[in-house]
Formats: sequence, C-alpha cells, structure tokens
Amino acid sequence: MDLMIESLPRLLNATKLTIELTLLSLFFGIFVGVFFAILRTGKNKFFYYIAYYYSYIFRGTPLLVQIFIIYFGLGQVEWIRESFLWIVLKEPYSCAILAFTLNTGAYSSEIFRSAFETINKGVLEAAKGLGLNKVHTFFKIKLPIAIRQSLPAYGNEMILMLKGTSLASTVTLLDLTGVAKYIISTTFRPVEVFIVAGGIYLIMTFIIHNFIKYLEKRFSYPQ
Amino acid sequence: MGLLAYGDTGWGDELFYATLMTIAVAAAALFIGFFLAAIFASFKLSKIKVLNLIGSFYTTVFRGVPELLVIYLFFFGGSGAVMYVAKIFGYDGYIEINAFITGAVSIGVISGAYSTEVFRGAIQSIDKGQFEASEVLGFKKKIYYYKIIIPQMLRLALPNINNVWQITLKDTSLISVTGLVEIMRMSYIAAGSTRDPLFFYSFAAVLYLFLTFLSMQLFNKLEKHYSKGY
Repeated sequence: MDLMIESLPRLLNATKLTIELTLLSLFFGIFVGVFFAILRTGKNKFFYYIAYYYSYIFRGTPLLVQIFIIYFGLGQVEWIRESFLWIVLKEPYSCAILAFTLNTGAYSSEIFRSAFETINKGVLEAAKGLGLNKVHTFFKIKLPIAIRQSLPAYGNEMILMLKGTSLASTVTLLDLTGVAKYIISTTFRPVEVFIVAGGIYLIMTFIIHNFIKYLEKRFSYPQ
Repeated sequence: MGLLAYGDTGWGDELFYATLMTIAVAAAALFIGFFLAAIFASFKLSKIKVLNLIGSFYTTVFRGVPELLVIYLFFFGGSGAVMYVAKIFGYDGYIEINAFITGAVSIGVISGAYSTEVFRGAIQSIDKGQFEASEVLGFKKKIYYYKIIIPQMLRLALPNINNVWQITLKDTSLISVTGLVEIMRMSYIAAGSTRDPLFFYSFAAVLYLFLTFLSMQLFNKLEKHYSKGY
C-alpha cells in the first residue's frame, strides 16, 4: 500500500509523456490516414497500390519492429545521418512519434477508406446535380459523413494507440510504462505498481471511450 | 545475403528457429486464451450478477492496459506468485519459471480477453430457436452445446478468431523484453553482433509479414470449409 501511494506521483508525472505521445501521434496520424484513404479510393492504380501496401506492411508487422527499424535501423544509413532527416531521427522522442504516426495512419486509412466507401451514391449524385465542385463535395459532404461513419472504429484505434505508446519505453523514453518498469525492477513489487499504472491507463481508456460516445451523439443524424 | 547463411557463418538457422519459437508461443498463447475465453464468456453470459462482473472486469482490464505492462507483471511477479503458492503447500525453495511459460501465459491472458468478446458475440448471435429446439428434443445441456451450439458458433467466430490470432502473433514480439529468443530477440542479438540493425529488423518485419500472410491463407481456407452448408 505504501509503495502504491509513494509511486503515484512519479507515475502521474510520467503519464504526461504518455498523453503527449498519444495526442501528437493521433493528430499527425489523422492526416496520414485521410491522405492514404483518398489514394485508396482514387482511380489511379499506381497510387492505389502504394496506399494498399503501406497499410498492408504497417498492419502486418508488430509496432515494436517498426520502432526498432526507425530508431536503430535508419540511423545506420550514412546519407540519412548527413541529411536534414537526422534532426528527426536522432532523438528517440521524435522517432517514437514517427513510428506511432505511421502505424496509426495505416490503421486509420483503412477506417476512413471504408467510411468513404459506404457513402451513399445518391448523396454524391445529388451534390453533382446541385453543381458543387469536387473540393466542395469533398469538404462539405464526403468528409462530414465519413467522420460520423468512422467514429466508433476510430475510438478503438485511439485506445490501441494509447496502449501502443507503452512501446516508447523500449527506446529509452520514460513514459508511464517505462517508469512503471523502472519502479518494478528496483522494488520487485510488480502487483502494486501494476495496479496503479494499469489504473491510470484504464482511466484514460474510459475517458476516450466516453469522449467518442459524446461525439457520436453530437454528430448523429437528426431523426 | 551472407548474413543469412545457414550454419555457423550466418544467422539463417538462428532466425529460422526463432521463427518457430514465435509460432510456438503464439499458438500456446492462443490456446491458453481460448481456455480462458470459454470460462469468462460463460461468466459474461451467466445470469449470476457476480460472475458477470468478474467477466467484465477481466476483459476491461486486459484490453485496456498495455500489453507490455501485463508482460512485466508476469515477468517480475510470476515466479514470486508460484513460490507463494508452493510455500502454502510446504515447498520452500526457489522456483524459476522459464521465459516460454511467462510469455505464453502473459500473451495468453491478453489474447483471452479478446477471445472472450468473440465467443460471447458468437454465442449471442445464434438463434434462440436453436437452444429451445435442443431442449425440446431432450438433449442434455452438455451434449447440445458440443453438438449443436459450438459447431455453429465456430463458423460465425472464425473471421474474428483470425483477428485475435493476428493480434496475438504480433504481441509475441513484446516477449523479447523477457529474453525469450523469438524473432525480435534474435534480430536484436544479430543486429548487435553484426552492427547491421537496419538489415535484421527489416528482415524481422519480412518474417512477420510472411507469418501473417500465411495465416490469412489458412483462415480463408478454414472459413470456406466451415461455411460449406451455407
């Protein structure tokens, strides 16, 4: 019990980094996801396959491999170390965000793609009939419908990403899991630390879950 | 390509055995998960409130907490817990649990949380008439579950079991932190000793892609087989 109270402030402090990593990766990941979802639904076969294999590779391999390739692997290439990319790739922090962004981007591109595909054709024909141009149709009609459609699945993805950020601890970052592991390995009291750290993760999951529920209500079609 | 040579000069054979280890841990974890899922899915569907709560608690915790944290719990806590139980039975020595069992159990507990939801959903989606008909025909509960409900359930659950398998397979990469020599750990060792992390981690990615591709083919076949009558 003492250890639980003692470790709480340190774990809460580390939670900041976990939240930061989650929010930043999700933010960048949305753009990556929408971009590749558009490529997937487009007519150009070449771009279609690029988007297809991007999502296939990032969803078919563990996140840990992706982080290790980016953090340990890319630093080995000479021309990368000499280019401007090195600014991003030399820090574990930005490497982790890059890996998380590409990973969540792949999963969200699938979510957004299926959302775009389920848009009723009649709606698009109506937009054409009303004389809206492509840009307007996309931003005023397709995107709002797709956002509503993909909310439940995207909520799951947010929770997966929150859990995924725990891998940042494998590249020396001290996020919630990293600090929890440090306390466990110095005190050898895994159960107490697991309860506190796990509890913090569950509270964050709970918040995301309810936030998505709220958004779903907010964006539901008027009946 | 010399790096992948089979034998003493390259890492081909080591990586091959590491791949087998990944498959073995993932399969063991999946079956531990199925076993837990059978128990907790019946808890969740039971009419007793306390059992419902226990079932929900299990799935919420192990689907909401990062896999890595669960692995650390079992890795650091596993042998302590076993020694504690052994002490009650009068054994007072040091017991070490090997990395394979730690890995299979910790991933199995996580995998079980996902499987619980899959099983519960599949049983719930079976027509109530099937249960009523089996009862009217005078089957005992045990028999009609095995002969009527579960075969139908399997067909409905297969696509989701495929998902759980893919998640489980990828989660096994995290066991490398406990020192079990599977694909990720082997690549880490090889990358360290050859100073070529890019090659070995990329190769690990290819191995995982190969495994997920292979299992997708297998599950497609199974799905075809089980939906023959439909």
